[in-house]
Amino acid sequence: MTITPDSPPSRFNRFMDSDLMFSFLSSKLTVVSAIITLIFFVAAIFAPLVAPHRPFDPATIDLLDAFTPPVWAEYGDARFLLGTDDQGRDVLSTIIYGCRISLLVGFAAVGLSLLIGVGVGLLSGFYGGWLDTVFMRLADVQLTVPAILTALVIDGIADLFVPPSMRETLSIVVLILAIGLSDWPRYARVARSSTMVERNKEYVMAARVIGVGSFRIILRHILPNILGPILVMATIGLAIAITTEATLSFLGVGVPPTTPSLGTLIRIGNSFLFSGEWWITIFPSLALVLLVLAVNLLSDWLRDALNPKLR
Amino acid sequence: MFLKLINRLFQALMTMIFVGLVSFLLFNFVGDPISNMVGQETSVEDRDALREKLGLNDPFLAQFARFGSNAVSGNFGISYALQRPVSTLIAERMPATLELVATSAVVAIVLGVLLGVYTGINRHSWISKTIMPLSLIGVSLPTFVIGILLIYIFSVTLGWLPSFGRGEVTQIGGWSTNFLTIGGLKALILPSTTLALFQMALIMRLVRSEMLEVLRTDYIKFARARGLAPRVVHFGHALRNTLVPVITIIGLNIGSLIAFSIITETVFQWPGMGLLFIQSVTFGDIPVMAAYLVLIAAMFVFINVVVDILYLIADPRLRGRG
Repeated sequence: MTITPDSPPSRFNRFMDSDLMFSFLSSKLTVVSAIITLIFFVAAIFAPLVAPHRPFDPATIDLLDAFTPPVWAEYGDARFLLGTDDQGRDVLSTIIYGCRISLLVGFAAVGLSLLIGVGVGLLSGFYGGWLDTVFMRLADVQLTVPAILTALVIDGIADLFVPPSMRETLSIVVLILAIGLSDWPRYARVARSSTMVERNKEYVMAARVIGVGSFRIILRHILPNILGPILVMATIGLAIAITTEATLSFLGVGVPPTTPSLGTLIRIGNSFLFSGEWWITIFPSLALVLLVLAVNLLSDWLRDALNPKLR
Repeated sequence: MFLKLINRLFQALMTMIFVGLVSFLLFNFVGDPISNMVGQETSVEDRDALREKLGLNDPFLAQFARFGSNAVSGNFGISYALQRPVSTLIAERMPATLELVATSAVVAIVLGVLLGVYTGINRHSWISKTIMPLSLIGVSLPTFVIGILLIYIFSVTLGWLPSFGRGEVTQIGGWSTNFLTIGGLKALILPSTTLALFQMALIMRLVRSEMLEVLRTDYIKFARARGLAPRVVHFGHALRNTLVPVITIIGLNIGSLIAFSIITETVFQWPGMGLLFIQSVTFGDIPVMAAYLVLIAAMFVFINVVVDILYLIADPRLRGRG
């Protein structure tokens, strides 16, 4: 195939022609999970526009609407597709707003893990020596304990330092810190081993010979070359972070009920499970499962698609 | 291998010291331990006397050494919230957690390995084709969601099984057990299934993919050509060679069973150590938090060392290497 210089294919066309796109479109399950993920993202970002009600505005909720079952059940109300909770809030709307918090915490936590993990990995791999030993021993120690336990402990400790009046406003920040700090060693290990390989390649030598500084080499030359596998890990990390956030919130140490995430909603609804109001907890649970499953499937596909051995 | 074991033991020691240090720092520097122990009216002199008596004015290292020796002998002070010795609280709660974790571990390992071997051998049977997507859902479901769904189905809708607490327990010495009464066993079903499901799916998927790799190798073909019974080939030759990675994951996962028991215990109000820990996190009950951390770290380190020793048993090739 020859490309005439006067009509180069646009970036978009090149992307649509790529192997990645082909492998994406040939797996139906992946396309479906991508669409589901996209729906979640769009709904979360445009929550005020998408949600049928404004569940956290006291002016628009009515206690008389409390415990309305879903539309298809007996006594359902067409205004509330998935029913309402104990305070008369529309369950569908609280789920949409809940996704917003869950995804926000998820992305921020993964971002923090990436920042710390990749930073530590690059420095460890590039410089080696005692710096490497210290960092990797620290990672080993942290990897001995499951991330969720680390997050729980960090969250518990951080809460003790936050004055009670600030707790509600800062709880999301504390949560992001706790989850982000609990998951960095995975990224650090991968970044370190890839950096150690890249460090000895010719382009790094060449950059060094012409007098490029170490930091510039690390950031501008090595980092772009090790980013692929790390981004794949980050997509799995997003699913893990969302689950961890939901779990912590469910345990009551995460997001407060005033701005509930999916985990908080499940926690709130759980107390009504026995009195028959199952929809308050089951629908947020299903939303969470669907989101995590879709992200997991996407990351599975991405891992295989970018793996040169499987091509 | 021996060197590696020494290295691992050193690492275990490092982990314990690190966790001990975190617990100690928590214990002594988060908030003022004195004001957590005495009432509002206590005078400044009395507070200072207590501080001196408890040794809180000693140098840092001396305090840490004392904390360490107390921890080793099981003395973690008195819970702020419950006003009882932490060691007694933990001793009361320990049987509940250990029984739950042990049951789940057995279920997860036995079913996980068997299903893994089955789906690895009969890759195209309809059973395998049903189990595989289910297992993917199994690894995606958060533990507490599994618990809630199980409670909804088996307790609320069908009313077959209890949804909270340990039910009937039998006391044997200081140990309370669920295993001896029907009520106790029934109460154990839902929590242990909840805890086991995720690990089972994980072990199954791992065993399956390892089996698929091993079954392709030449020595399996030769074993078949020699006319050995399929059972011998599959379990004696194939499974044995998948064991090293499987043991690693199982070892790590028994550790995470202990961690995830916190969640299961919360969902099912199971009166174990995890529930105690969550309550201590919510109340800022630092002695309990510190004790739990040290104990859990000790369990993890112990499991890791056991896993290293199991490698030697599973793979004779590793024994010779220095």
